[in-house]
Amino acid sequence: MPAPSSPPTDAAAPAARVASAPPAVSESQPGRAASATRGRALLEGLLPPLVALLVALLVGDVLILVFGQSPARVYGLLLEGTWGNAYGFGQVLYKATTLSFTGLAFALAARAGLFNVGGESQLAMGGFAAAVLGLALPTGTPWPVAVPLCIAAAAVGGGAVGAIPGALRARFGASEVIVTIMLNFIVLALLNWIVSAHLHVPETLHTPEMNAGAVGRLSDLLPAFHGSAANAVALVALAAAGAAWWYLFRTRGGYELRAVGLQPDAAEYAGVHVGRTWLRAMALSGAIAGLGGLNYVLGYKHYYEEGFSAGAGFLGIAVALVGRNNPFGVLAAALLFATLSQGGLAVNALVPKQMVEVLQAVVILAMVTAVPEVRRVLARAAGAALRRDGAKPAKVAA
Amino acid sequence: MIALVFLAQTLRIVIPYLLAAAGGVLSERVGVIALSLEGFMLGGAFGAAVTAHATGSAWAGLLGGAVGGVLLGLLQALAAVRFKANQVVVGVALNLLTVGVTRFFLRFLFDSSSNSPRVAGFGASAEGAAGGASSAATAFLGSLGNPLVWIGLAILPLVGWLLWRTPFGLRARAVGEKPEAATTLGVSVDRVRWIGVALAGACAGLGGAYLALDQHQFTDGMTAGRGYIALAAVIFGRWIPGRVALACLGFAAAETLQIQLQGRGSFPSQFVEMIPYALTILALAGLAGRAQAPAALGRAE
Repeated sequence: MPAPSSPPTDAAAPAARVASAPPAVSESQPGRAASATRGRALLEGLLPPLVALLVALLVGDVLILVFGQSPARVYGLLLEGTWGNAYGFGQVLYKATTLSFTGLAFALAARAGLFNVGGESQLAMGGFAAAVLGLALPTGTPWPVAVPLCIAAAAVGGGAVGAIPGALRARFGASEVIVTIMLNFIVLALLNWIVSAHLHVPETLHTPEMNAGAVGRLSDLLPAFHGSAANAVALVALAAAGAAWWYLFRTRGGYELRAVGLQPDAAEYAGVHVGRTWLRAMALSGAIAGLGGLNYVLGYKHYYEEGFSAGAGFLGIAVALVGRNNPFGVLAAALLFATLSQGGLAVNALVPKQMVEVLQAVVILAMVTAVPEVRRVLARAAGAALRRDGAKPAKVAA
Repeated sequence: MIALVFLAQTLRIVIPYLLAAAGGVLSERVGVIALSLEGFMLGGAFGAAVTAHATGSAWAGLLGGAVGGVLLGLLQALAAVRFKANQVVVGVALNLLTVGVTRFFLRFLFDSSSNSPRVAGFGASAEGAAGGASSAATAFLGSLGNPLVWIGLAILPLVGWLLWRTPFGLRARAVGEKPEAATTLGVSVDRVRWIGVALAGACAGLGGAYLALDQHQFTDGMTAGRGYIALAAVIFGRWIPGRVALACLGFAAAETLQIQLQGRGSFPSQFVEMIPYALTILALAGLAGRAQAPAALGRAE
């Protein structure tokens, strides 16, 4: 299956792609063209998320009015229930942690030109691997040993699930979009079988509690956060974002990955092994998604439970989109989506929390339509401005 | 008779796949990735249930299902064809949107988080075929009286006829293979895609309508991944209606087999669940012959 059109990698590309201003202008007024390019790049980066949020707010208004409530009151309650109190904020942090991992995973693969829609299964496998290792370790294993081991297990578990579509794409050209979607079902069915047939605590759908590897909660440090699930894995998420940024923008491997994502043929011509890069990208992406499982397993319940991910894999796509595939943008977007999720619970008495699910999907749709549309509008405006300034087309060499 | 039970049950299971897969073939043949079949089905199921509830008529429900699917198809076309947004993300987003919207309106209209009240439908309601031979015969006859069953059986041959025996079909396939060539001949690529995706929405919506009208209610998430299995059938059947129909039949037969075997506790059901997905991956890896997708599939321009 031919590769689907490139995922939005705009955060890296705008400067390169936008510098297609006719040579006549650049030659005569280089400074002006350069700053126009940078300005346009900035707009291209920031406008789509703003547009998406605006559209989401409008749709939210409609849905709230359908239920006969006042949008101002509902939004106020939403903010109050999330950033306005310690428990709510703790829950926001907790949800944002998982979303950061799945968002980073999608963003990393997207930078390589690949769509990793398999976040759900990679997340589940990572969590499962960590839970199983935690069961296998003897009780009383000191945490500097147990926790890194569990982290590694989660990364390996998710990475293995991610590597399969990467290998199939590299070797057979199989569309990773379809393979990851199919694998989602396969892996989740497999995990369901393992847990329900062999590993579950009776009357439940979860594994027994881990013997080692649990991490502390925020409420242990700051009692104000009592009751919320926020935990130390949030620090791992921050570290992962930093590591992803450093890998993508400061190492050779990341450079090759981005090159392959922007133009595989050019990268290949420059000596990059495209297939191996795809495999590496998908494996890394899966590994990061697998780390997402740690939030629930190490930090919250200390066991693997069927369905613990609750759609975080798909929401990760939204997070990566809004975060423009930039690791730190992903963190910000994760906070946004987590706020929406938790906010939905806070306003549930007034408006069904399902409204938030609708809004999240609206944000994705609005983002993905806004990105090319904003680019088109800005390009038209730039072209109109150039014509207005009397730019002459460059002389074509005979 | 075991054969009759098997046949009756397979028929019940295959119809939604056939309908949704027909939509998938239409959409992908005009070059638009059909990831949102799941959403179309769910929207169709909801539309059917709401219309049947409001009017008390199963036929109105059928229409409502098609309309629901078409509306979602138009939304996808707006994003993917008019705005040329990335089709994979649009598909995923539409699926998420439909889940959210149906849940929201389920709360709003019926004040429930899980299901609608009982609505008019076609055929007997219970899982008749699982019981003995006589209830299987009743269920089978009931199926024969369900218009959606006949539509489902006819839809893929119809789509094949449309795509290969009509001028519109030729244009549609051209748009999916080489839109530039179609444009030079005066074909409006965007218009053909709008029509293709809207029709796909209608077909898959009917698939969802079948589910709702067969079970006489709408349940949250009732499509349960059938849209993805339909997509798997489209890919495994290499976008050719006849083969896609066979793939749907194969998947439905496997599902029936698993249900029949379930009581005897032999083969874990989860492995049978995996079959359609595993087969699709194998097909993509070239183990079932080269998979030739429509060449312009997924390209926005």
